[in-house]
Amino acid sequence: MDNKIILSYEIDGGNFSGAGEASSSVKKVLKQLGVDSDIIRRVVISMYEAEINAVIHAGGGRAEVEISPDKIYVKFTDDGPGIADVQQAMREGFSTASQKIREMGFGAGMGLPNIKSYTDEIRITSDVGKGTVVEMVVYLQEPVQK
Amino acid sequence: MKLNIVKDLLGARLLTGESDERLARFDIHSACGSDLMSDVLAFVKDQGLLLTGLVNPQVIRTAEMMDVVAICFVRGKTPDESVLALARERGMPILTTRYPLFIACGRLYNGGLTCGEE
Repeated sequence: MDNKIILSYEIDGGNFSGAGEASSSVKKVLKQLGVDSDIIRRVVISMYEAEINAVIHAGGGRAEVEISPDKIYVKFTDDGPGIADVQQAMREGFSTASQKIREMGFGAGMGLPNIKSYTDEIRITSDVGKGTVVEMVVYLQEPVQK
Repeated sequence: MKLNIVKDLLGARLLTGESDERLARFDIHSACGSDLMSDVLAFVKDQGLLLTGLVNPQVIRTAEMMDVVAICFVRGKTPDESVLALARERGMPILTTRYPLFIACGRLYNGGLTCGEE
């Protein structure tokens, strides 16, 4: 894996049943590349959480995945309502999901904290009324300490 | 514990068509009972059996991301064919038992299957 591999996905906001297709596709690619199974698990769980969030809260969005020799970078961009208080959204249990989504087994306010726990880096930038960008990094090896 | 033993302990019915011989090739080391996929994604550490009363496609997706080996639907629930097709594509056996979640978990625990974190 000498070069970067870049994958792009459109996330369909009107299709809760289809949520997870991008994460599933990335899992297959990472398996084919022979990436360590624990790394794959951390990446795809984080991606899946973000994908569900994009469908539930933002009416869909876009996912870009960059696979490098040393790390996997994932960026989710949406044009949804945005997050007014990102720190509050990062708290376990905080959720604005509808009752319908809760009945489907999601919306317990674990998504963003879960992404934080499974990734090495997470950055969320959000403009209320414009949308949200969630970026995450999982290193394939321990980063070199300086 | 082999998956065919899980099936027997739960008096379960197999929905994905594998033979008993095939089921015996699946090793289950732990189990998780939950109707909340958010919690499954946050707290399940050991890949094993997922017991749930939810029957939507995201249960299969969640199981796929978590490397869950097999799913058993409780309370006699059966998902529709599109959900079963999603599981078959992933080689994931699907069972259904008439027992409620608590009883199903209890039968497995009594049978020797623990959560792997004790």
